[in-house]
Amino acid sequence: MIDLAFMGDTAQALLKGLPLTLELFGVSALAGLVLAVLIAWMRSGGRVLRGLAGAYVFVFRGTPLLVQLFLVYYGLSQFPEVRHSFAWPFLRDPFWCAVLTLSLNTGAYTSEIIRGALAAVPAGQVEAARACGMPAALLFRRIIAPVALRQALPSYATELILMTKATSLASIVTLKETMFVAARINSETYRAIEVFLCAGAIYLALNVVLARAIALLEWWLSPHLRRPPDALPGLDTPLDRAVGLEGPRLSGAPRP
Amino acid sequence: MKRIAILAPAALAAALGAGPAAAKDWTKVTIATEGAYEPWNYVLPDGKLAGFEIDLAHDLCRVMKVECAIVQNDWDGMIPALNAGKFDAIMAGMSITAKRLQVIDFSRSYASGPSGFLVPKAGDLAKLPGTGEILAMGTDEAKAKPVIDGMRAMLKGKSIGVQVATIQAAFVHHHFDDVATVQEYKTADQNDLDLMAGRLDASFAEESVQLSTLAKPDAKDLAIVGAEFRGGPDLGDGTGVGLRKNEPELKAMFDRAIAAEIADGSLKKLQDKWFKLDMMPPG
Repeated sequence: MIDLAFMGDTAQALLKGLPLTLELFGVSALAGLVLAVLIAWMRSGGRVLRGLAGAYVFVFRGTPLLVQLFLVYYGLSQFPEVRHSFAWPFLRDPFWCAVLTLSLNTGAYTSEIIRGALAAVPAGQVEAARACGMPAALLFRRIIAPVALRQALPSYATELILMTKATSLASIVTLKETMFVAARINSETYRAIEVFLCAGAIYLALNVVLARAIALLEWWLSPHLRRPPDALPGLDTPLDRAVGLEGPRLSGAPRP
Repeated sequence: MKRIAILAPAALAAALGAGPAAAKDWTKVTIATEGAYEPWNYVLPDGKLAGFEIDLAHDLCRVMKVECAIVQNDWDGMIPALNAGKFDAIMAGMSITAKRLQVIDFSRSYASGPSGFLVPKAGDLAKLPGTGEILAMGTDEAKAKPVIDGMRAMLKGKSIGVQVATIQAAFVHHHFDDVATVQEYKTADQNDLDLMAGRLDASFAEESVQLSTLAKPDAKDLAIVGAEFRGGPDLGDGTGVGLRKNEPELKAMFDRAIAAEIADGSLKKLQDKWFKLDMMPPG
């Protein structure tokens, strides 16, 4: 039933939409991250700043991305004031409308991830650093940032994966990215299974790469969680084994 | 055991294949429409479906003496959903084309109208050649060629909006893909919105739909310009009821009902009410 030659052609056609998908993802993820840091900073500020940041997060986390995209793309363009404003060359372009919406959306979620990660830094560590007389900048660089970053990475990986998939919504504002090409091939051939299997596989492959890359970053940032190497007995291995208290054991045998 | 194993697929095939096709007694027909293609089919502010095809569907069901249920479905999933059995017929301004005939069947045509360009009155496309003419692509090819060439020259570097997977999209891709940017929209409404917002230089659609766009106050700066087209390999032979291939009885029922509606003048009456345009199918 599934025609492999057709799937090959479809995959090739879909890959033509991949650069735009990646571009949407890259630009929005970067802009969203900058925005998120700003929002997280605002949430630790005065009452007005905190209120503004809270309202933004509330609105953008509480409404569907699809609604936001429709409002930005079709909604704003209804107002002649917008069409005659300095922002129109930017808002006229579906690409920038999609980037704007995706960044605003991911910015709201990511700011919450950052806020949670900062809150999870143990108060005792901060107090200890203060007691040692660390200045604020050093405290942030040495204690808060490293702990918060490790804390945030797993959730941020999930957010980035959600973002990759969210770029497919840009197809409804005429952007010819992977999902748009898939929908068009489907409406021309009516072979939904082959077409959407291919599209799904492309997003899956993208996310495998993304998830592995972040896992690698996590591994690199968390040496203390890694399994100690076996190669240097007496240096890294626990004392009892280094001095041979266990008696002879076969190399490669499972550790206790 | 062995015998059962051999018989099972045969029984299954009989149940699946022969079942629906074997002289089914139709008492209830579910018809799908899009609900975003005024005046053919659209949704009223209170959520009810209205339009030429909604009225016609009720008429046809009365003539066929069946109970009628009208459901809404997305345009681009219409044909797969029909073949998957989610409904029995499509009445959604769907034109009869060779490509669609490969996967579904159509009743005889119940409407046929031209397609053309809708542009801002003030723009430089307002002088597209051939305004007022209707060219038949199948037969008037020689007359259409110079007009299309003139349009190609004027459309260079412009953006044209069409609804995705329509005969109009096929026509525009065929003739203007290499000179203009073709933007594809999920619905005709979205295409209109972008034309009014100034994101598009022109939109190519069915004249009947453009006329109802023009009736809206927001569209006062738009106009239908240039020659209009019908027929040929892209634009097809009019609009019919889309049906599954394995249901000749239902097709025969719709064909007879449409013929009856043409004969007693009720189809013409419905078209006059909704289109204010000659949309009678040929023959």
